[in-house]
Amino acid sequence: MDFLNPVINGFAVVLEPSNLLYCLIGVVIGMLIGVLPGLGPAATIAILLPLTYNVEPVTAIIMLAGIFYGAQYGGTITSVLLRLPGEASSVVTVFDGYQMSKQGKAGTALGLASIGSFIGGTASIVGLTFLAPVVASFALDFGPAEYSALALLGILLVATISNGAKTKALIAAAVGLLLATVGRDIFTGESRFTFGNLELADGIDFVPIAMGIFGLGEILYNLEERHRAAKAPSKVTNVWPSRTDLAQASGAIARGSVLGFFLGILPGGGATIASMASYAMEKKRAKQPERFGKGAPEGVAGPETANNAAATSSFIPLLTLGIPANATMALMFGALLIQGVTPGPQLVEQDPGLFWGVVNSMYIGNILLLIMSLPLVGIFVKILRVRAAILAPVTALITLLGAYTINNSMFDVTLVVVFGIVGYLMKKFGFEPGPLVLAFVLGSLLESSLRRSLLVFGGDPTGFFTRPISATLLIVFVLVAVLPGIRTLLAKWTTAPSEQPITTKIKEKV
Amino acid sequence: MIQVSSSPSSVPAGGGSRPAAPSGGNAPEAPGDDVLEDLTPEQLAAQWEEEKPPAAGALANAASSLVVLGVGTGALVLSVAMGLGTPAAPEPGLWPFMISCVMVVLGLFQLTVGRHNRDAEKFTRMSSAPLTGLVTLAAMVALMPAIGFELPALVLCIIWMRFLGGETWRSTLLVSAIVVAAFYGIFVLALNTSIPHLF
Repeated sequence: MDFLNPVINGFAVVLEPSNLLYCLIGVVIGMLIGVLPGLGPAATIAILLPLTYNVEPVTAIIMLAGIFYGAQYGGTITSVLLRLPGEASSVVTVFDGYQMSKQGKAGTALGLASIGSFIGGTASIVGLTFLAPVVASFALDFGPAEYSALALLGILLVATISNGAKTKALIAAAVGLLLATVGRDIFTGESRFTFGNLELADGIDFVPIAMGIFGLGEILYNLEERHRAAKAPSKVTNVWPSRTDLAQASGAIARGSVLGFFLGILPGGGATIASMASYAMEKKRAKQPERFGKGAPEGVAGPETANNAAATSSFIPLLTLGIPANATMALMFGALLIQGVTPGPQLVEQDPGLFWGVVNSMYIGNILLLIMSLPLVGIFVKILRVRAAILAPVTALITLLGAYTINNSMFDVTLVVVFGIVGYLMKKFGFEPGPLVLAFVLGSLLESSLRRSLLVFGGDPTGFFTRPISATLLIVFVLVAVLPGIRTLLAKWTTAPSEQPITTKIKEKV
Repeated sequence: MIQVSSSPSSVPAGGGSRPAAPSGGNAPEAPGDDVLEDLTPEQLAAQWEEEKPPAAGALANAASSLVVLGVGTGALVLSVAMGLGTPAAPEPGLWPFMISCVMVVLGLFQLTVGRHNRDAEKFTRMSSAPLTGLVTLAAMVALMPAIGFELPALVLCIIWMRFLGGETWRSTLLVSAIVVAAFYGIFVLALNTSIPHLF
């Protein structure tokens, strides 16, 4: 069992006290921001990026990953108890979760959701353990041509699958690519778009952009939102679901795990889409679909399982191909780059401690989260009483002071505020910030591999189609780019307007 | 607890509010809250939709497209100035040139086809809150190197809590002082960072 050796060594990495501690910190923070409506996991990770500078790469990623999947657990609590989705990925849980809680079965709903989350998350880690090395070894032969195609496809998918207007998401991605060109050209050493500013000569750092656009932009945007006062119920009793409830939900949990796992791998997929798809699937499969929306346990268990499974499996493209599948993964990518680790196919081979340490930390994190969401759920319900008015200035100050500590420079703080304005305006005008950050992260990789492959092909762009993998990826790229247009045309031909899925209207919270 | 159930097919999505069901509990709830108790997912989604800030008109969409066009054209000009070269021997401007071409095309598309999208939000009276927040942030950035972070942070906290968040004066002052003290403790005393500080 040679294959399992690095996996087992990974556990040794996780069980180091500092890693365990950061895992705990990560999942607690994730759970907290999941419970508190407002900041999402991406914003939180962005704001906390400066914290990761002084720790080991594996420790940093363990913590950030904990925030991400912890938020999936926490988001459920407010959905069920208050009909306020803490996270975008818990929006569909509101429909049946809140009804269950009105029928006095809040504990059951929360219990089912946590057990489902645990199973979905764990199943996904197992899948990750076996699939990731396979994908990575496949990708080892990738050359610059494949990477250009892959990066292009990744950016396009993230932009087109996002909830907002697709053109606007693509524009955001283009801006991200353009921002990535600021600074010295890697091939010729010439300065681009620096306008003579010395601070810009080395290019714009990823962290101020992420902190500004995701963090501060989100904080400013939230200032405007009318917050409905949250009336936290005093206590939740009996979170252990009965045997019949579990039996009723077990199918949904199993299906949610599989569905979430696969949707998480896809670029542009992720927790939110997985939860919505799972809800739709459970409703379609149900013998009495009219029970949905009135407290069907499957309507809670399925989506909650799927969003956790997806949150976990979305690490696969990042850790094996070096291509982040969604905005949160773009932040992880950035965090790894800061640490001097370039995620990619060689990661499993060259740095097995980091790879398996991060993967295995998720087992521990999921166990911690299960403990926090079953017996300790009452504590997190109490946290709902913290008011947004108090939280907002605290997060804003953390962002500003944190930005200063990156390089001890006020220039970074200024950049954060500038990009905060950009992020806020983007949200106001319907531009998704996710594609911008993702494209920014992939920008230099895309440019260098594009230029390298053009050198190989002697300047002939059709060379991309002479290699099977890059050709396939580019054909998919063209299909994805063209298909929506064709579909709209077809829809105009056939008169019957298809029913819009209700949940797509809900604005993604990053 | 009284269950009001209506057959799902008979209720149109986003349909008007039905008369509030008499609440079984004794807690007097906010008037809007009663009506919302038994919504189908479709109604709930419609209600969230209504609560969203009003959509901005075609003018805002056009303006944002023009900004995109402006940035794209600017980048286009600058990248041509940097020199394009050929695909086989590219100069620094080629890649930015390609991106800015895409941007200009997308901007034009958005200006013409996407004009009637309803995804932009109108600036309302509520938008003064982020503006105020922004001013305090900018002031803090400007003042920090001169007088340290403590006083600007305290003022920022007070403004955000009292005026943007509607906290009471008592809790505002108390919490602001605690927050600033905590930040001082963490960033200056514990982590020993070089953040400009007064004390």
